[in-house]
Amino acid sequence: MELSGYSYPNDFFIDWSLMIVLYPYITGFVAGAFIVSSFYHVFERNELEPVGKLSLLCSFAFLLSAGLPLLNHLGHPERALNIFLTPNFSSAMSGFGFVYTFYLIVMELELWLVYREYIVETARRSRGWKRRAFKWLSLGVYDLSPESREVDRKAIRVLAAIGIPAACILHGYVGFLFGALKSNPWWSTPLMPVIFLFSAVVSGIALLIVIYQTDRKIHGMRIDQECVASLSRWLWLFMIVTVSLEILEIITLAYEQSEAWEIIGALLTTKLSFSFISVQMILGSLVPFVLLMVVVLMNSYLHEKVRNTLAFIAAALLLIQVFAMRWNVVIGGQMFSKSFSGFRQYQPEFFEKEGILAAIVIMIAPFLLLHLLNIIFPAFSDREEAEKGAIAAPK
Amino acid sequence: MNKDRRRFLKLLTSYFGLLAAKDGVYVRLLGGENLSQDSTADAEAYNPEDHLYAYAIDTRKCIGCGMCVKADRLENKVPPKNFRTWVERYRISEAGDVDIDSPSGGENGFPPRVSGFNVAKAFFVPKLCNHCRHTPCIQVCPVGASFHTPEGVVMVDSGWCIGCGYCVQACPYGSRFINPETHCADKCTLCYHRLVKGLQPACVQACPVGARQFGDLKRAGDPVRQLIARERVMVLQPTLLTKPNCYYLGLDQGVR
Ligand code: SF4
Ligand code: SF4
Repeated sequence: MELSGYSYPNDFFIDWSLMIVLYPYITGFVAGAFIVSSFYHVFERNELEPVGKLSLLCSFAFLLSAGLPLLNHLGHPERALNIFLTPNFSSAMSGFGFVYTFYLIVMELELWLVYREYIVETARRSRGWKRRAFKWLSLGVYDLSPESREVDRKAIRVLAAIGIPAACILHGYVGFLFGALKSNPWWSTPLMPVIFLFSAVVSGIALLIVIYQTDRKIHGMRIDQECVASLSRWLWLFMIVTVSLEILEIITLAYEQSEAWEIIGALLTTKLSFSFISVQMILGSLVPFVLLMVVVLMNSYLHEKVRNTLAFIAAALLLIQVFAMRWNVVIGGQMFSKSFSGFRQYQPEFFEKEGILAAIVIMIAPFLLLHLLNIIFPAFSDREEAEKGAIAAPK
Repeated sequence: MNKDRRRFLKLLTSYFGLLAAKDGVYVRLLGGENLSQDSTADAEAYNPEDHLYAYAIDTRKCIGCGMCVKADRLENKVPPKNFRTWVERYRISEAGDVDIDSPSGGENGFPPRVSGFNVAKAFFVPKLCNHCRHTPCIQVCPVGASFHTPEGVVMVDSGWCIGCGYCVQACPYGSRFINPETHCADKCTLCYHRLVKGLQPACVQACPVGARQFGDLKRAGDPVRQLIARERVMVLQPTLLTKPNCYYLGLDQGVR
């Protein structure tokens, strides 16, 4: 353990580990993907139709995994439910259970409504256990008349609309957890929830671009260009806002020359120089900014392949950027002692309880869930049709 | 019917039992093992409402021997790498450079060390949880496992704490840590188990020069109460408005 300057003796250990980096990373996808689905359902951006269902499924899969890093981090995971039994409402964290549960209900309802037609039709078409399962999923509602579908559509819109503030609260609240601690000048800023929220949207859109393109490639299907172009535009907009906020926060601190800047300035130029300056700012922000600028401003001149590739690379880099941002906030905020004069080191081990292996397993979980969900509720209706068509064609 | 009712009552009592568990430590400490063996008359008469404890540290007296840190470790079985109390050494140059260290929390005293500058003043500052009245640590605990006793002591119920570590992040003084054995938040309790028997905290008793003093603000004529009232005292990081119950004499601006 390397220490420089003076750290309080209890400050030799970084308690909020890689797991607490993953937690906002995962919930960011929940909020971000959901907001994309709302662009489609509420604001009727029809060019986003190809990822309409995918975004919902993504959001849901990540929501189901959001608790994993927390449970792995808690000293007493078996007591996790205490948070419902004796919530201490002066604690920002006590709201987690309630916000999470509320969001889960909204998501489940919306998913059910979006897939209701599919569920009913599958129940009618299939035999055996599948039929029984889908009958059960339909909750006994088989009405697919145009009127009832209209009701569904309206309900989806309302839920999606409720979901937007819910998503904002879910993630803004994660930022608040950090932003509301006066003990830590690197966290304690009212900008924190806002930065978290915008970067969540960035990560959500970026994730959708990556998953959408990958899935299409694997199945040899055409990538919808309007959709990619539109996602890239949104991504560009949100990343500009996010990065501006991130930079503004630091410029303000530096310009004020507050007491906190002494330690934060040192932090950024020493301990975080690689993860903040090189990864978060240059590789993760500047490069995708330029790539997306090309996609957005030269849209009409771009060949399909170029557009796809540029958008894909930019999205992948932004996924790294957001991870780096979570790392720099969570770990960076603990790298200096509260004495504000000493640093400590953090290097996660591969096999430790909250180490790299655990992080990899936890990050695979939502993708596995997404894959399973996609089998039950296909995200792409056109793929099904294409497959059916392929089988039907030889006859 | 009868059975149903019994089950309902059982449920009800277990629910309230659960709520009461928040105050569990308290009850356990008062009526628990420690007292059952040698319940002195003092302990039986002990009423939490009658006290409001305060701690005073005279940095001008501290000689940096580390007896308090040793005593604390023995008394409270503090894990080897952590500290419920510790001592810092400050060396300050005429130009205002500050050199701080606290080798092993000062537990084994302070070996000589050369500063990079001419030392103009030097002193020791013993530290511990400040038992703040406006504690960020209790504020942020999601399950209410951190609490104030009526005597103003800040404690953690290790039977209820989920080990999230939020309080460790929230304490600006580095007073808390996650105990590697219990996986719960841990901190100075002012030796609550001793207070209820009318004893002083172990660190206060161990200090050979009386740099650490402990008193009761609700007791007329209490020396610490008088000291706080009459001397010019200071608290750590007053700008954070945590309202510490731990007062310092002879604090310097270089102290973190
Ligand atoms: S010193 Fe820290 S742990 Fe102690 S009461 Fe104050 S905030 Fe809480
Ligand atoms: S670690 Fe324990 S005492 Fe501290 S905030 Fe979490 S639950 Fe509360």
